[in-house]
Amino acid sequence: MGLIVLLIIVVVLGFWFVGVYNNLVSLKNQVFNAWKQIDVQLKRRHDLIPNLVETVKGAMNFERDTLEAVVQARNKAIAVQAPAAGTAPSAQQVQQTAAAESQLSGALGRLFAVVEAYPDLKSTGNVAQLQEELTSTENKIAFSRQLYNDTATQYNTKQQQFPSNLVAGFAKAAPAELWEITDTTERENVKVDLSMNPKK
Amino acid sequence: MSESGNLFAQQEANRRRSRRLVIGFILFFAWLGFGGDFIFYEYTKGAAPGAYHHVFPVFGIILSIIAASMAWWAWTTGPKRVIWSTGARELTDPETPQEKQLDNVVEEMAVASGLPKPKIWIIPDADPNALATGHDQNTSSIAVTQGLLDLCSRDELQAVVAHEMGHIKNLDVRLMTQLAALVGAVTLIGDGVGRMMFYGGNPLGGGRRSSSDRDSRGGGNGILLVILLVFWIISWILAPIIMRLMALGVSRDREYLADAMSAQFTRNPLSLATALGKIEDADAPTKSIKGGAAQMCIADPTGRHLNSKEGKLAELFGTHPPMALRISRLKAMGYQTEPGAIAGSR
Repeated sequence: MGLIVLLIIVVVLGFWFVGVYNNLVSLKNQVFNAWKQIDVQLKRRHDLIPNLVETVKGAMNFERDTLEAVVQARNKAIAVQAPAAGTAPSAQQVQQTAAAESQLSGALGRLFAVVEAYPDLKSTGNVAQLQEELTSTENKIAFSRQLYNDTATQYNTKQQQFPSNLVAGFAKAAPAELWEITDTTERENVKVDLSMNPKK
Repeated sequence: MSESGNLFAQQEANRRRSRRLVIGFILFFAWLGFGGDFIFYEYTKGAAPGAYHHVFPVFGIILSIIAASMAWWAWTTGPKRVIWSTGARELTDPETPQEKQLDNVVEEMAVASGLPKPKIWIIPDADPNALATGHDQNTSSIAVTQGLLDLCSRDELQAVVAHEMGHIKNLDVRLMTQLAALVGAVTLIGDGVGRMMFYGGNPLGGGRRSSSDRDSRGGGNGILLVILLVFWIISWILAPIIMRLMALGVSRDREYLADAMSAQFTRNPLSLATALGKIEDADAPTKSIKGGAAQMCIADPTGRHLNSKEGKLAELFGTHPPMALRISRLKAMGYQTEPGAIAGSR
């Protein structure tokens, strides 16, 4: 009788262990996937910019510098992004990406400000389209970061909570770093701090 | 609900409530089927060796099979029919700025929820409304009315689409279809058995006399059995309405949950609050959405008059919670609570 009770307890504990273990592994993959999504959205932004610049060039024969800055920042960002292949990015890569992307964000922000400053320009069909596309692209980047942070928080909470923290070591779970974005000023370059340690 | 209006706290509370309701729903269903088998089993246990012994739970199994096939049928044909019946057109190649914006907004919300982008449909109806349907998270559809596109700002449209993405992420289409099938099966059988009992006499009545001597032997057990039987029959009589009310209760909780999911995806609960306010003010029935799809809409398409009165009746019979309560909860998520505004809501 005692043996049976012991056996039941062992089996139940076994099921619990497997459940928590698999849950942690799946969360870890979700975090990694969410991280990849940010990359995807950043790439979309880079791909979109040349087309958009082409569309508004005609309507904007002033403020050429602003457009030029956007194009340059975009080219820099692409140059940095190239090495990330398959594996988790190194801390240095992340910092370089962060710097380039923050420049691009700043340039795009100034373009926004220009469009807002000229109501005539804003009412032009192409420019209104540009603004919608930019809004959407910036939103997608923000939402993909948000998803990453939500997923990473869920993963970290699971690792720290009792009793699932007992299993965390077996599942090789390590805390995932959150994306922290610090706005220094609103009009100047948006500074992005992507302090993220490479995940195991 | 506790006073903490935090969106994750609200999500958790809603999940817990709806899980409890679904468990109650399933237990009630099991009682209707297998409970009857158990009573009959106890009833025939003491019968003579040659007489009929009810061992195999026929009744429960038949009821389950009927419910399962109804659920399967509704499940395979339902989502397609819902879209088809609205007369919606699929938005494959957005042309106007309005369509382009809708396309972008849906894509943004797909990114925010981490799901694949659903198909987009536009319903030619002037009343603002939106609905989600589909078999799973990968083959889902979102349909919005032309009225919604005309009425809402970009942020509001985003919030409404996020509410629908919340339904998709929570697999609400599947849950509500299955609950509806259970209700349907019970109603169908309840009708059939009721007619049979009315015309053909009590099907259990035949065995009653033969076991009266057994009742006199073990009296306590017999009385208990009769009480159980009466209770079971009453359960069957009330079953269609009880199960419908329970399903509606689940539906309302899923609405609150989808609102909270919308707040999570957009981080802007106040724009959903203003969107709901606008939809409430429009208040014409959405004619092109049929009643069956009501549970997947942002607001009850059959007219919001019932919901707008915060009476007990509206609480019980609505597929959606009263607008005022939804808005006040959203405001709580946005930290804009007027004191006591959500105190009345459970």
